[in-house]
Amino acid sequence: MMRITVDMNLCESHGQCVFAAPDVFAFDDDDYLVYEAEPSDARLDEVRTAAAMCPVRAIGILGTLGAAA
Amino acid sequence: MKRVVVAGASLAGLRAAQTLRAEGFAGELVLVGAESHLPYDRPPLSKKQLTDALPVSATDLPVPGDLDATWILGTRADGLDAYGRTVRLSDGRDLPYDGLVIATGAAACVPAALLPLPSGVHTLRTREDAASLRVDLRPGRRAVVVGGGFLGSEIAAAARACGLDVTLVVPESRPLVRQVGSAAGEFITRLHDSAGIRVLPGYRVKALVGGRRLTAVGLDDGTELAADIAVLALGAVPNVAWLAGSGIALAGGVRCDERLRVLSIDGTPMPGVVAAGDVAVVPHPHPPNSDSRSASRAAVYDGNRSSLGHWSNAVEQAAVAARTLVHGDAARPLTAIPSFWCDLHGITLRGVGLPASADEERTLERNLVDRTLEVTYHREGRFVGAVAIGRNSRIAAHRRVLAEAELARV
Repeated sequence: MMRITVDMNLCESHGQCVFAAPDVFAFDDDDYLVYEAEPSDARLDEVRTAAAMCPVRAIGILGTLGAAA
Repeated sequence: MKRVVVAGASLAGLRAAQTLRAEGFAGELVLVGAESHLPYDRPPLSKKQLTDALPVSATDLPVPGDLDATWILGTRADGLDAYGRTVRLSDGRDLPYDGLVIATGAAACVPAALLPLPSGVHTLRTREDAASLRVDLRPGRRAVVVGGGFLGSEIAAAARACGLDVTLVVPESRPLVRQVGSAAGEFITRLHDSAGIRVLPGYRVKALVGGRRLTAVGLDDGTELAADIAVLALGAVPNVAWLAGSGIALAGGVRCDERLRVLSIDGTPMPGVVAAGDVAVVPHPHPPNSDSRSASRAAVYDGNRSSLGHWSNAVEQAAVAARTLVHGDAARPLTAIPSFWCDLHGITLRGVGLPASADEERTLERNLVDRTLEVTYHREGRFVGAVAIGRNSRIAAHRRVLAEAELARV
């Protein structure tokens, strides 16, 4: 089981995580980032890509061996 | 592979190195960087680093503790023997490799006619450039920013926010028109106007007047704009001089295939060499029809795409390039959708796809009071990109449509 953290003090709504993992990250109707904090491990690859693509490095991944934060 | 050399120690080089390790490369990893710093992030240099009192370390890119790489910094890759698989360094050393990542980036373009530059004239590419410009951004000074692209508009906005009297000289009909078309360009022009920036469209800079210290910027109609500082934001030139005579195909950068394999002049992949980032020229995702109506766009659509200089491109290409070195033909080709952003006057313009390639634009929303904008771009009737201000969810939706079309294509 992985757990995602997003530092909302860093987040600038670039949306790269939404592009990379659209079933985990999304913008709500007010354009704020929302995300599923504990997605299935089947999403690990795309969540890793989302974290790598974040220009402000706001996304952390916890709880999965070898996951790059 | 026993040794991989990464020529270039900025974003693309670092991310290529990280991906090599993540994909199981256990050999020797050497990163060669022309600058004396470990990798740092460039987008903030024309944004917060100019307007806010931030330490330079705020732009440091994190280097994983287990990367296990050798860093050769303050040293350029100076020559390549691609058939002997050896990189020549600027200190005279020869560095043999089994795999090579070319990630030497690009440098600020300065027209030779304007050289030598008087003091007070800046370009912006490196951390040092940003520090030197920031010192010169003193309230009340007169600044002339030259350039119609994102960088010129961002710098003009930052200089204005610092209290300078700012003129933005744009060779085109309006700022950003080549990047995102006339509707978004007009919108940004209005924001510049409201902020008190004087925009002069349709002019080129002919001379930097003043001898040792800049006193004025001379335009092509003979006008002289009195100026204390000037910033030239005239685009970037890929750092490929070191590859001259190497047998690598150079055309506005390093020519690559869709797996970022570097092509030789006979069009075949150069063994063991990949490229990523601002130095790489990748095949165009939507080649033109031969009977294209938009002959004037031929330069954009010659089947290859010059580097867009976007942050996300460097990251995506670096990952593909590294996987190609490790896995060869089994690596997935690049399917990335370009994306970019531009911060100015308290708003962020975001874009996806290739607005610059469009022959038609459609404005879906435009509100100067709320500062919201949504424009879509089309080429021969096909949706190719979108930009928006204050509409993140719309950009995400447009991006999804582009990704689905890309998946259907490959």
